[in-house]
Amino acid sequence: MILVFVETDADELSQQAFAFAGGLGGDVQALAFDPAEAYAPAAWAQTLVEIAQQRSASAVIASGTDRGNEVLAHVAAKLDQPMAANCTAVTPGDPVSVLRTRWGGSLLEEAQVHGSPLLLTVAPHAVTAQALGALEVVTVTESASELDRVVRVVEQVPAATGGVSLTDADVVVSGGRGVGSAEGFSVIEELAALLGGAVGCSRAVTSAGWRPHSDQVGQTGSKISPEIYIACGISGATQHMAGCKGAKKLLAINPDAEASIFASADYAVIGDLHEVVPAISAEIRKARG
Amino acid sequence: MNVLVCVKRVPLTGGKITLTEDARAIQTRHLGFTVSPHEECGVEEAIRLVEAHGGSSAVLTLGPPEAEEQLRDMMAIGIDRAIHLVTDGSETDPQATAASIVAAVRAQEEPFDLILFGTESADAGNYQVAIRVAAALGLPCVNGIKGISMNDGALRCEQAVAGGRDVYDVPMPAVVTVKEGINLPRYPSVPGRMRAKRKPVAASQPARSTARLPMIRLVLPESASKQAELLGHGADAAPRVVEILTEIGVMP
Repeated sequence: MILVFVETDADELSQQAFAFAGGLGGDVQALAFDPAEAYAPAAWAQTLVEIAQQRSASAVIASGTDRGNEVLAHVAAKLDQPMAANCTAVTPGDPVSVLRTRWGGSLLEEAQVHGSPLLLTVAPHAVTAQALGALEVVTVTESASELDRVVRVVEQVPAATGGVSLTDADVVVSGGRGVGSAEGFSVIEELAALLGGAVGCSRAVTSAGWRPHSDQVGQTGSKISPEIYIACGISGATQHMAGCKGAKKLLAINPDAEASIFASADYAVIGDLHEVVPAISAEIRKARG
Repeated sequence: MNVLVCVKRVPLTGGKITLTEDARAIQTRHLGFTVSPHEECGVEEAIRLVEAHGGSSAVLTLGPPEAEEQLRDMMAIGIDRAIHLVTDGSETDPQATAASIVAAVRAQEEPFDLILFGTESADAGNYQVAIRVAAALGLPCVNGIKGISMNDGALRCEQAVAGGRDVYDVPMPAVVTVKEGINLPRYPSVPGRMRAKRKPVAASQPARSTARLPMIRLVLPESASKQAELLGHGADAAPRVVEILTEIGVMP
């Protein structure tokens, strides 16, 4: 029997983890915590440990999300067993061998997992989602210790609404070091506004203090999947590409024809963004009449 | 307040990763090195907490002799001292890494009130070392934090989640992992670099144990290296760009 920790039954990444577990063979049971339970990673992990032991689970699996990785790492720490995070494939055997992502997906690693039960999380979008079947809803075990319970969400603060969010936008217009300054982003903002999109940026830009970190697309920023990503003055470092590889189309605007971003782009404009981007905005206004 | 921050030396990969012949490492012959971005913010947070509340800060790394460069960099921006667990540079799995850090923390004369990590390292991304360290030391652990403040002797920690922020109140001593964006790290000054040369680095060799998550080899993902369609040069490309935006269906 394989246990899959899911956040909600409608969550696509949880459904992917469920499908991944199904690929291992045997019974798969999806488990979620009662929505009335405040998130408490160590207490949730203690609960999963007890359920896994009662049912002699051969594996405990979660999605490679912040919470999936966090809860499963607590399970691994409690059981003193290895855990493989963000796997894209698994080969049964003794030992089990996995393929897992490094560098936000820019590199893969083949690793062996010497432990039992098998503990792993599933990299987002490695497999196709599958409906969960019967979802078992559980509550935190009474035997969770005070230390397990002390880290829990005590307050949820809703985000201020307004504007299109980076992760939901169909169009993201993003600027890199080539923008040159905080003020230089006015042309990026103008194009994004005309297209009803969001403004993004590279890590070089947030490190320079030109834009807030919440605008950053990349391995340590947002992972986005718009219909089109318009990358302006961005060279295409692996750190950045890890955040935008989900984009359906990529248009790169860069004066350097050798920039590595062009190797990942669907469309290329070679030129200075400060000339190209305002020209596109003007053309859109003209087209709208 | 005594704060420890744990960092990892990683290469600055740039635009393209290439592997060594045995596919066991990234080819770093022409690359510079840094610490993982989340950890850089952890270092800045440690310095700010000590500036605001007094005490001292230490930085720890498990890595090759060359990782002293990163320890000096972190001391140049304001960390007081360094702990270097010196390895031969080969891969250490997360359980062994955590065990070495736990042993080093226990060996300290004064206990730490707060141990900071990045949520995950930039390279291996195992998402678990901090949690294992906390479990072994019997400390609470809160993860992926983008805001820390002191609230009645406890830590108030904020996490960015879909739709808003989740808040945790955590008593100290505690382990906290942070994400980039919690602050904007400062750059080292020239006097900071001079001072860092004289700050102490306590080096020791950690005990080695058998890896239970051994890395066998690295694999470059099949890159769908695209042949981008050239829409034009400079401002003259604008009409063709608008045609493409229309085709994709994103024109307002």
